[in-house]
Amino acid sequence: MSSLPQASSFAGQVDYLFDAMLALSAVVVIGVFAAILWFAVKYRHGSRADRSRSSRRTLGIELAWTLIPLFLFVGIFAWSISLFAYMSRPPIETVPVYVVAKQWMWKVQHPGGQREINTLHLALGQPTRLVMTSQDVIHSFYVPAFRVKQDVLPGRYTQLWFNATRAGTYNLFCAEFCGTDHARMGGLVIVMQPKDYANWLEAHAGTDLAAQGAALFRRLGCSGCHDPQSGVHAPDLYDLYGSTVPLSDGTQVRADERYLHDSIMLPNKEIAAGYAPVMPSYQGRIGEDDVLALIAYLKSRHAAGSP
Amino acid sequence: MSVNVADSPFPTEQGTDEPNPESYLDAGYGLRSWLTTHDHKRIAILYALAITFFFFAGGLAAALMRLELISPNGSLMSAEAYNKTFTFHGVVMVWFFLIPSIPATLGNFLLPLMIGARDVAFPRLNLFSWYLYITGGLFTIACLLFGGVDTGWTFYTPFSTMFSNSNVMLTVVGVFIVGFSSILTGLNFIVTIHAMRAHGMTWFRLPLFVWSMYGVSLVMVLATPVLAMTLALIGLERLLGVGIFDPALGGDPLLFQHFFWFYSHPAVYIMILPAMGVASELITAAVRRRIFGYSFMVYSILGIAVIGFLVWGHHMFVSGQSMYASIVFSILSFIVAVPSAIKVFNWTATLYKGDITFGAPMLYALGFVGLFMLGGLTGLFLAATALDVNLTDTYFVVAHFHYIMVGGSVMAYLGGIHFWWPKITGRLYSEAWARFAAIVMFFGFNLTFFPQYLLGYEGMPRRYHVYPPQFQVLNVLSSAGATILAVSYLLPLAYLLWSLRYGPRAGANPWRAKGLEWQTSSPPPVHNFDQTPTVTEGPYLYDESP
Repeated sequence: MSSLPQASSFAGQVDYLFDAMLALSAVVVIGVFAAILWFAVKYRHGSRADRSRSSRRTLGIELAWTLIPLFLFVGIFAWSISLFAYMSRPPIETVPVYVVAKQWMWKVQHPGGQREINTLHLALGQPTRLVMTSQDVIHSFYVPAFRVKQDVLPGRYTQLWFNATRAGTYNLFCAEFCGTDHARMGGLVIVMQPKDYANWLEAHAGTDLAAQGAALFRRLGCSGCHDPQSGVHAPDLYDLYGSTVPLSDGTQVRADERYLHDSIMLPNKEIAAGYAPVMPSYQGRIGEDDVLALIAYLKSRHAAGSP
Repeated sequence: MSVNVADSPFPTEQGTDEPNPESYLDAGYGLRSWLTTHDHKRIAILYALAITFFFFAGGLAAALMRLELISPNGSLMSAEAYNKTFTFHGVVMVWFFLIPSIPATLGNFLLPLMIGARDVAFPRLNLFSWYLYITGGLFTIACLLFGGVDTGWTFYTPFSTMFSNSNVMLTVVGVFIVGFSSILTGLNFIVTIHAMRAHGMTWFRLPLFVWSMYGVSLVMVLATPVLAMTLALIGLERLLGVGIFDPALGGDPLLFQHFFWFYSHPAVYIMILPAMGVASELITAAVRRRIFGYSFMVYSILGIAVIGFLVWGHHMFVSGQSMYASIVFSILSFIVAVPSAIKVFNWTATLYKGDITFGAPMLYALGFVGLFMLGGLTGLFLAATALDVNLTDTYFVVAHFHYIMVGGSVMAYLGGIHFWWPKITGRLYSEAWARFAAIVMFFGFNLTFFPQYLLGYEGMPRRYHVYPPQFQVLNVLSSAGATILAVSYLLPLAYLLWSLRYGPRAGANPWRAKGLEWQTSSPPPVHNFDQTPTVTEGPYLYDESP
């Protein structure tokens, strides 16, 4: 149907649904246009067509063209939703690639510390999971060849996943209007054979993300309070990720990426029970990519002796 | 098409050359007599002049955009200028043309006439609504003069509140004010329809145009306050730094999108319901046939008005909204398409066994049906979540809503203007030119916007002034279509203005149409009817007349 390549495992299924709806729409359009044309010619003013009124009731016809579209719509809805649900559930076990959007660039951070700007290298035939956030306004990560798009929001992590099935280089667009250079906030997604990808990773290896986070943790002074030896009464943050944290207002919260992010950037939003709200905000002092490194570190911060 | 002049109902010159001395147009000639009028017919003319100005202003912005997009490199405008141009186009076309278009002009003029009333329920409020509209319009023009605004007509946060350096507040205040004009017009119409129907004009004898005005008024009154509130919150955050939408201040940017689309999706129905009403009047008059399935047509208007409030989340399938919310909004979006489908099928069935003439209003109405159907069907693609992920924020969406709003609403609006022109002005225009313009418009429209469906499917995002070269061919086609479309919009301006002075005088009912508005003289007297009409039968009883 289209010259756009089908480069992900979703693409074929999305196009199949699209083509099915296109065929259905074509039937409706041709049907209605043919009826209009036929009536227009046959019953034009001055023609000798039979215009005698029949007394048949119209309720049956009305119900038919109310209910038939309704059933068709419900069928399409069910088809579309089953595909959408599959697309909306990223495989959690896949190690994520982090994406930080800002006016007007895409910053990508691989788990091994490889960083890139406005390009994303990935391996053919392996699921890729992106965890994305924005440093300023709303952007949207859009790769037409994969048929995927996800808005990237400030103050929140959104996820996107796909399985690239065709090696090549594809357009990456920002699809949500984000200011002056919105149209230039693009990039390339480069799908490589797994072997080539491994070579690429090796050639661009950096410090891994958790180690970067550990360095930041010391440099920003976090360890000054959050170290067990510290004199300040602050949580030690061991084995924090995934645990349930009681808050000072009596509620509880699960320590996920969102909670860790907000605790660094908006520390007064959710205060852990039993601690004074003395932590300074890092909003404006560190970028979202640093927050991601800190979170990666916190995920790996285990007390001695624990698994 | 054999249109025999002798027995054609289109258009027959029956009036004398004498002006009608009682006409509302002759009730005073000075500027003051217009600017202080309480006559719904004169207020309709005031609106018509103002929205025509804004239509061509917004159209000029569109022309600049199409010119820019001929080349993939953005040779004509800077990024900033382009962003301000599409924002101006969107703001002006949505709030200063489409939303007031049919209700404020044809609705104001015809509603009291169609129900046999002397005026709307609150004539002074009606004039006040027009002044609100003009005040809002002045803010928007001021914004343009001070350098424009670059947020898009959607004002997405936190861009609009914390990041844009343009005149956001002037625009927001302008739209806030014009919103009250909608609310008051809606209120006026609801009360008028409830309280001022002539004797015997029962609810199920109302013409479908009146029903569509009723539906649209309900939506205006219930949805527009949410827009006002949302715009006020933008002001609070932008001016005072109160954290509502910006996460850096503790706000939630998706909250804005929920508020905004809670208004702006029903606003789409504000634009299309009146067009449906107009089409029903035009088609029945040209077919000389009762509307097929009157009660289904009425219930589908009400169904669209009600369900239209429950589908806003289909603008947000990739926004980060919960998957379960998306599922619910998806099924509701499919359901709201059912009443629209019913209407298309019923208009088609109305042609069956008719006695059809193809005057200009009918050509516009048929164009409306065709383009509305194409726009509606592509709406189903966007309601299907798995497809919307790929298509949203691309040119597919741009093409879809232009098919509904320009192909649908503007075609119907112009069809209505042609149909009631003799009633409003007392003059006949050149039928040949009018038919020519309608046909050119249909083809020009398709050439402009059909390539945009393909562009969107190929993945071109909207609001791009530079784009990869593979999109150029379709963009050039679209721009070529836009020049044809522009000509087809200028044509009616020319021949309609010409008719004001040189057009033959129309009689009271040049189309031999049913409906109370045709029973009074053209142009109608100030008080509308010499005697209050009594209604004894339903609308569209063309079948019974010879």
